[in-house]
Amino acid sequence: MVSVAKTLQLRTSPHVTSGASVDLIMRHVVWALVPTALFGVYAFGLTAAVTLSAALASCLLAEWLLCKWSEQPSTLSDWSVAVTGLLYGLTLPPGLPVWMTMLGGFIAVGLGKHLFGGLGYNPFNPALVGRAVMQAAFPVGMTTWHAAFGSGRFSSVPSSLFTFPFAAPEYTDALTSATPLAAWKFEHNLAAASDLVMGFTTGSTGETSAVLILLGGAYLAARKMMNWRIPLSIFVTVAVLTFALHLASPEAYPTAPFMLLSGGLMLGAVFMATDMVASPMTTLGVVIYGALIGVLTVTIRLWGGMPEGVMYAILLANAVAPHIDRLVRPTVYGTSGRKA
Amino acid sequence: MRLFSKKTFAHGVHPPEAKEATAGLAIRRFPFPPSLTIPLSQHIGKPAVPVVREGEEVIRGQLLAEPDGFMSVAMHAPASGIVRRIGLMPSASGKMVPGIYLEPFPGSSQEVPDGAGVDLESATADEIIAGIQAAGIVGLGGAAFPTHVKLKIPEGKRCETLIINGVECEPFLTTDHRVMLEQSDDIFMGIRYLMKLTQAAKCFIGIEANKPDAAQHLQDKLPADLQAEVEVAVLPVKYPQGAEKMLITALTGHEVPSGGLPIEVGAVVVNVATTAEIGRLLPVGQGIQERVITVTGPAVKKKGNYRILIGTPLRFILDEVGVEDDIARVFMGGPMMGPAVSSLDIPVVKGTSGVTAFTLREGGDTPPKEYPCIRCAYCVDACPIFLNPSQLGLLAKNGEFATMAEEHHLMDCFECGSCSFVCPSHIPLVQHFRVAKAAVRKAKAS
Repeated sequence: MVSVAKTLQLRTSPHVTSGASVDLIMRHVVWALVPTALFGVYAFGLTAAVTLSAALASCLLAEWLLCKWSEQPSTLSDWSVAVTGLLYGLTLPPGLPVWMTMLGGFIAVGLGKHLFGGLGYNPFNPALVGRAVMQAAFPVGMTTWHAAFGSGRFSSVPSSLFTFPFAAPEYTDALTSATPLAAWKFEHNLAAASDLVMGFTTGSTGETSAVLILLGGAYLAARKMMNWRIPLSIFVTVAVLTFALHLASPEAYPTAPFMLLSGGLMLGAVFMATDMVASPMTTLGVVIYGALIGVLTVTIRLWGGMPEGVMYAILLANAVAPHIDRLVRPTVYGTSGRKA
Repeated sequence: MRLFSKKTFAHGVHPPEAKEATAGLAIRRFPFPPSLTIPLSQHIGKPAVPVVREGEEVIRGQLLAEPDGFMSVAMHAPASGIVRRIGLMPSASGKMVPGIYLEPFPGSSQEVPDGAGVDLESATADEIIAGIQAAGIVGLGGAAFPTHVKLKIPEGKRCETLIINGVECEPFLTTDHRVMLEQSDDIFMGIRYLMKLTQAAKCFIGIEANKPDAAQHLQDKLPADLQAEVEVAVLPVKYPQGAEKMLITALTGHEVPSGGLPIEVGAVVVNVATTAEIGRLLPVGQGIQERVITVTGPAVKKKGNYRILIGTPLRFILDEVGVEDDIARVFMGGPMMGPAVSSLDIPVVKGTSGVTAFTLREGGDTPPKEYPCIRCAYCVDACPIFLNPSQLGLLAKNGEFATMAEEHHLMDCFECGSCSFVCPSHIPLVQHFRVAKAAVRKAKAS
């Protein structure tokens, strides 16, 4: 008879898990962003590669340094900062001076994440916090766009990329171009929907190809690592609003497909608004949250001073997300809505 | 038979079922151990009161302890032997509890004498209830709630639906599955007693779709006198469908009111193994001496469904079945709700439906690394009673137990563990809630 004389481990039930883990989710978000990032490099050339690398490197460095200074174990291994860094880089115009990119990376991780307590405590999407500060601080740099598919894009980079810190970058007009949203807003040129779907337009590094963004989103949604109700709610709201407005006045307002496919709406709706930490938790909550982002985006784009409004729409909706959760708490089983 | 109905409850999770190792193994009798440790409280309620003395010889099935009031049940001798000691003994909760040490006689025939049975035809409802209490029957699914208490229909209430719970949603366990396949006559006899007692118009036998053989067997064997009222209902596989409230919702669509009993929506739920024991013991007037237990898990060599004496120590069971060298964790029950034990001197009791043992390969040396909550809402989508475990978890970490109970329905949590199961941050949510509930109860009592 074999006697059982072992030290038994005491753990609390359940003793099995679904296998989900934070680092796994974050890694898959990174994988889902890879096609979009590669397309950005393909469309904008070396410039985009430099911008993305600088964004990623600055975010990783900031995370490492902030953990070190606050005497906390390093949180690089949870991969969340890789998501932030990549997303932040994808929202930047390629050709943004590297020092600006890196400054924004520090702001994204420092101000957007660690100031609030790190992973899980950030009320706003950290990448968008970084971008919003950059937008306010460097309005020219952040709205100077390089044309996609330039001929020399793999052999040279624009001089603006390596501007000295705090010196004004010089832009060559020949290389720059207007985004579809700006072209519509200021020149009333409507880009072709097919170009917008495929990504043959100008814009931020990662916002141009709707089809690749949706592909990444579908992958995450299939793995239940992204709440598909959020982008769906945003898309439906934007489409319905724009369709109605365009119907009322085709001269003044663009078409629904244009609104959906242009600018940062796709990237924002699929990868930014779905930031788990900063979005509501309940099904009804995320629908309201998505609708709010849709309404704000349309409002800012059509009636605001800026051509693009997705970033501010998401940040504003992030701010009210906890309140949405409080308002639409699901009815607990057997209570018919009564308090405990 | 309602095959593959879509009816189920909302939310829930799908843990690995892991039942294939034992589902096909017939129930076998387990050897008698050299000594038994029988706790006086194997049920929710007051401990039973011993009616034997130290040194007294008892025969198998003899009354050892009688119920102390209505919220208590009797305890019978699991084997013929000698009472060595009445005193404190280790229990699964970690506390020392009062119990009886019994040393079985090696040479005894271990025959159980019949007592005064409860006659199905002539017995009144109260006589059946008294018979169930005297037989020491508790919920064998794991809750160990005294069965006769839930069968006492309060004044002014009516039982519309009797639900026999053969769901067995806990991973690894196959005791109810085997009982349904091998003891259908006992189950139907039990249903007759229960139908007579509750006067229910309808009886469902709820079984999950991963046990089609059991459902088919009960359907085929359904006696003519029960065919009008009894329906075998096959439900989609989902955890925790075996929880009383979830099963009622799945079968009747009603929600049991918060803090209330199933009878408030006209339902009474009895576990299928409990029903079989009622059907087996009441006609012959005996008490529970043993039960079917699935001994399983990656660390167990001879896995199986065994009929084991109440009071058999875990050490004896694991020695008999043989274990792997890297055995690391042993739980009473299955891995979703079963508590890990700290000592193998703990005996199996009436509520023990399984003994599961894991090796170091399942989960390693230490629990998985805990991350901060990222508000992914997996737990919100898993909780079968629509709590917000994420928020409750944050409140628990701050010690705000009263807020959890008053504003966030903490006390409705029945600790199924679905939230912890899905949590990608590996936060021991359900453990936080157990601690919080205990603290709230303590505060209320003082």
